[in-house]
Amino acid sequence: MDNLFSAATIFGIVGMAIKLAMPYLYAGLGELFDQTAGCYNLGTEGIMMMGAFCAFFVVYQTHNLILGVFVAAVVGLLMGLIMSLISVTFKAEQGISGIGLTMFGVGLSSLLFKTLLNGTVLSVDGFKDIRIPVLADIPYVGEALFDHNIMVYIAYLLVPISSVILYKTTLGLKIRSVGQNPQAADTLGVSVDKIRYLCVCIGGVLAGIAGATFSIANINMFQEKMTNGTGYIAVALVYFSGWKPKGVLMGALLFSFVNALQLRLQVLGIDIPSDIAMMLPYILTIVTLVFVQSRDAPAALSVPYERSEN
Amino acid sequence: MPAKLRTFFNQIFDAVIPLFATLLALFIGVFVLQALGKDPIAAYKALFDGGFGNQRALIQTTIKATPLLLVGIGVCIAFRGGVINIGGEGQIIVGALAAAAVALYVPIHSRIMMPICLLASMAAGAVWGGIPGILKAKLAVNEILTTVMMNSIAVYLSNYLLRGPMIDPHEIEMGTRAAQTALLPEYTFLTRLAPPTQLNTGTILALILSVIAFVMLFKTTIGYRIRAVGLNSDASRYAGIKVPFYQALALIMGGAMAGLAGGVEVLGVQHRVLENISANYGFNGIVTALFGNLHPLGTIPAAFLFGGLMVGGNKLQRTVQVHSAFIDTLLGLIVLFVVGAEIFSKRRSKKRAING
Repeated sequence: MDNLFSAATIFGIVGMAIKLAMPYLYAGLGELFDQTAGCYNLGTEGIMMMGAFCAFFVVYQTHNLILGVFVAAVVGLLMGLIMSLISVTFKAEQGISGIGLTMFGVGLSSLLFKTLLNGTVLSVDGFKDIRIPVLADIPYVGEALFDHNIMVYIAYLLVPISSVILYKTTLGLKIRSVGQNPQAADTLGVSVDKIRYLCVCIGGVLAGIAGATFSIANINMFQEKMTNGTGYIAVALVYFSGWKPKGVLMGALLFSFVNALQLRLQVLGIDIPSDIAMMLPYILTIVTLVFVQSRDAPAALSVPYERSEN
Repeated sequence: MPAKLRTFFNQIFDAVIPLFATLLALFIGVFVLQALGKDPIAAYKALFDGGFGNQRALIQTTIKATPLLLVGIGVCIAFRGGVINIGGEGQIIVGALAAAAVALYVPIHSRIMMPICLLASMAAGAVWGGIPGILKAKLAVNEILTTVMMNSIAVYLSNYLLRGPMIDPHEIEMGTRAAQTALLPEYTFLTRLAPPTQLNTGTILALILSVIAFVMLFKTTIGYRIRAVGLNSDASRYAGIKVPFYQALALIMGGAMAGLAGGVEVLGVQHRVLENISANYGFNGIVTALFGNLHPLGTIPAAFLFGGLMVGGNKLQRTVQVHSAFIDTLLGLIVLFVVGAEIFSKRRSKKRAING
């Protein structure tokens, strides 16, 4: 049983990885919308923390999980609006404004936590696992793939949905053109600013939900700084993905698998200090950034668009 | 208007923008405080008194301003070179660990070890900033993401060392196992300037370094090239400047300054490495540098202001029960407003370019 290579252990890790991929998927797909339109949102981490707290607080007060997700999405939308105001309308340096938004979100979530809950770590009843009949009864694989909560299934559904929106619709074409060549898009009557606002707001909503998955669909409690850099990893993941939804899925699974492995190693008592094991996802991020070529990046990524009037 | 006078007014305008951004953030803070059911006037009074109200507060503020200034200088150098260093937190941590390791484990019991410890902290910070720097220079890897990842790696490295190899032997004997190193030997301490307070010569060192950084950036060829690369990397390349080299150099220098902040915090204030030694100085140093218009000398008053806010935040918590996370929230808003307001100074410089 305590063997790393037994089938039960391996599928246990796979099942855990499937679940842990959830925040990477929401935040990563959201960031994909941002970046495809040419905006670079480093505020994801801060939006996630606000989403995590607000969802938790709403569920703690009302026991209504749907309302919790909805409030996290609205908070994400509002923070997306702040980000687009600063980076689209005011054309600010996007790297720094994103860090500002993260400092704001992390700070405000801590402040609310200390004020509204007196800084007490509490737990709520989160989303329940839904066993998909028949499929979940397949030995090993069934448990790993088909026994998760609804937020997990939706996260995976978002991959094909994003793919269709970005590659099969007029809106998607507009989004990609605004990221590749805003001048040309503008000439053809596409409103660069409107598309960018829309995408940064979509990114904000998804980041808010990504935060909510921590506090009401996985760990089911709230702690300060609980997202622990996931928002930044989500940004890196979009680089890894080659700016494709399918790539985001692969990246999310890679990172969640490493996370699950790292957690399981500790449980199995394998002799790696836990703090060293916990560095793995971050080292992996740097390594992937080194080996992934960013030639597919949207040409106008992180460049504010300004009409040349003369 | 004579050109000289106009430049003067433009400089004043640039210096005033961050001040407005801060006032706007404080103004929004009023609504946050009201929403939380706290009295904004009492809160801001506590904040101001706590940071600047009396001699004791001013000394505490100066102590907090020192690491902010050092990190801020590093951020100035990196940003001037067109690279963004978000890795201050990690660089402070490795700087602190390196200083402590040299102090504890090098068996030379002499005053000479104090500067050697500081150099070790700079070297560690330089390595921590240099890895993203070299990846950026050689492979065009996004330095924002790598510096952020290096922060997390440093936190876990420090957790590992402070609970394992570097833990205070007394903590094991007592069975308390608090995650901290042993007290450093006294000959490595920075001299205290006003005992019993923790004010130490690190502050003087930071002030000297901000002047040196100013001279380096604005009066030497290296500084000129760093700034040229930051302003226009294409033009610099055509002019024969090795752009990647200066980008890496800017990140390495930035890392060294943040590492030194960690060293000064350990040798001057704490006298050992504890958990959370970086205390958000890495991020707050970014705000400090932005507030100082990315100018090493402008960063001095900025560091004092934000050091005051950090100290005042504690008083806020004690007397008005507003948690000091309120300050983090405000600092985030200040960053957003300062970078958001840059469009105005850019527009004016464009107009200047057109009107001659």
